[in-house]
Amino acid sequence: MSIGTRSTILHLGLIALLFVLAFVLPSYHQGNLARIMVLATYAIGYNVLFGYTGLLSLGHAMFFGAGMYGLGLAMQYGGLGVIPAFAVALICAAVLSAVVALLALRTIGVAFMIVTLMFAQAGYLTVLYFGAWTRGDEGFVIAQSARQIAGLDLTAPTTRYLAALLLFSAALLITARMMQVSFGSVLIGVRENEERTRMLGYDVFRHKLAAVIISGTISGAAGAGYAVLFGYVGATFTSVQYSIFPLLWVLLGGAGTTIGPLVGTLFMFYLIDYSSGLTNAYMLIAGVVLVLLTLFARAGLVGEIRKRWVA
Amino acid sequence: MDFGPHLLLAVLEGAVGAAVLALTALGLSLVFGVMRVVNVAHGEFFMLGAVIAWFVATSIGGHPTVGFVAALALAPLIAGLVAVLVDRLILKPVKYDPEATIVGTIGVLYILQQTALMTYGPEARPVEPPFSHRIALPWFEWGENGFAMFYPWGLSTNSYKLFVIGAAIVILLAFWLIMTRSKAGLIMRATQLDRETALAFGIPVSRVYSIVFGLGAGLAALAAVLIVPIQQAHYLMGHDPLLLSFIVVIIGGLGSIRGTVLAAVLIGMSDGIISVFLSPTLSKIIATLLVALVLVFRPQGLFGKKPA
Repeated sequence: MSIGTRSTILHLGLIALLFVLAFVLPSYHQGNLARIMVLATYAIGYNVLFGYTGLLSLGHAMFFGAGMYGLGLAMQYGGLGVIPAFAVALICAAVLSAVVALLALRTIGVAFMIVTLMFAQAGYLTVLYFGAWTRGDEGFVIAQSARQIAGLDLTAPTTRYLAALLLFSAALLITARMMQVSFGSVLIGVRENEERTRMLGYDVFRHKLAAVIISGTISGAAGAGYAVLFGYVGATFTSVQYSIFPLLWVLLGGAGTTIGPLVGTLFMFYLIDYSSGLTNAYMLIAGVVLVLLTLFARAGLVGEIRKRWVA
Repeated sequence: MDFGPHLLLAVLEGAVGAAVLALTALGLSLVFGVMRVVNVAHGEFFMLGAVIAWFVATSIGGHPTVGFVAALALAPLIAGLVAVLVDRLILKPVKYDPEATIVGTIGVLYILQQTALMTYGPEARPVEPPFSHRIALPWFEWGENGFAMFYPWGLSTNSYKLFVIGAAIVILLAFWLIMTRSKAGLIMRATQLDRETALAFGIPVSRVYSIVFGLGAGLAALAAVLIVPIQQAHYLMGHDPLLLSFIVVIIGGLGSIRGTVLAAVLIGMSDGIISVFLSPTLSKIIATLLVALVLVFRPQGLFGKKPA
């Protein structure tokens, strides 16, 4: 059995498992898992850039936010339905990521991280500045009556879960396919040795540009999905914290693995969920996990498993 | 108030901000220059300084000056020791790999911030200034009776604010003397220029790194102790100094100390002045975007030299 077939079976099996879980999980965990799948979609988007291309961005919250506000504002003030608003969100995220990429990709290494951080900070402040429409930190709620697609009520728990699964599966299968074709191999080449990839005649800049746009658009799709499925749009989702989260999830799950983002998001979500019952300083857990990962498990959970038992 | 006195007031506010910013950014710049480490937790060492200052000042009774002086000595020391610990336990084991240190210091950021939330709590608390006298400022103008000096209503400052500016200048001068005239400074500069060669000449580079990291954090904590009687200590207060320090270090040229101080004065002053006349959010948006563009188009900073 080739590696390609094996990973296809893994991905389809995972999607089938998540589908079955929709009908067996108690409602509390069903709700959680729906949220986790949307956030994992965000992590998958982040992973395209960080895990496969080797570019560490500290500003992905702006892409998540572009999708979230693209959809939210289009529905709230444009009166659009869910699907056209989702398209608006994707366009917003794609355009923003193209602009950011054209500027930020002129820098490398530490400068790239700081530039993305700065752009995201400017994005967050912009959301606050237009508080008259965005309602700033307080955010706004998308009316339940508007969150419907052709009579399907996206606020009903099981429908919402399946919609989240659809979003997640699309992102998972697209990135998995992307990494099996030559485009993905070139991205890995850029991560491993940019100079050599350039010498072999590949247009490194164009591949990086495409990686940022794909990564940003998937992140934007996650943001739009979050807004429509959970009905809330707020400035917190564009703050620095939401740029750090996908980094944490991907590192925890395993950078450069297809199912790592889901595993990382799942672990972190429940870790924070349980610890926030104990203390209000739940971000402490995030800090400790980040430090421990840096010190002991740079490859993340899935990465360590692959390194030890599969390879 | 007329435009003139208003501007003078804005300049004074800006100078206080610039003084504190210069110290904070200097710490970040020193660490980046010598160790090539981007310390994302730098703002939290600033917060740590302010919070420790509050603990020290409240646990020592008597005149506020006693508590303040004790805080001035203790807060940078404790923050510095915490930083040395971070260097030993986290940065050294990952061999100062740029990506790993960034992720690691993000972790340290949350650990420090949330520990402060658990111990110090979510309230913002003031520290009493050691002294504070209102000083009315004169204004000169050509009036109907020729040149006249008068004291416009509302144009005043406070002796403590002037002290902050003075103290920052003294600390900056002392720092500059240490870096250029002392053996410790020589060792730090040697390590910055060429780590390998410094090692070959018997400089204990790993100890230098620990000390530099501690010193950087100590500078941030010192700045915080100075500002805490004017602002208040709060567990989330590290965010703005971190971003502003990043901005300063980038504009001044990564790792250049002189550029950092120049940029801190420029940014601190314009931040103070602009925010008097524009909406602070708008001025922050413009500033952040400008800085990002500086980093994109002039990565060596506005004052830095082009790399050879």
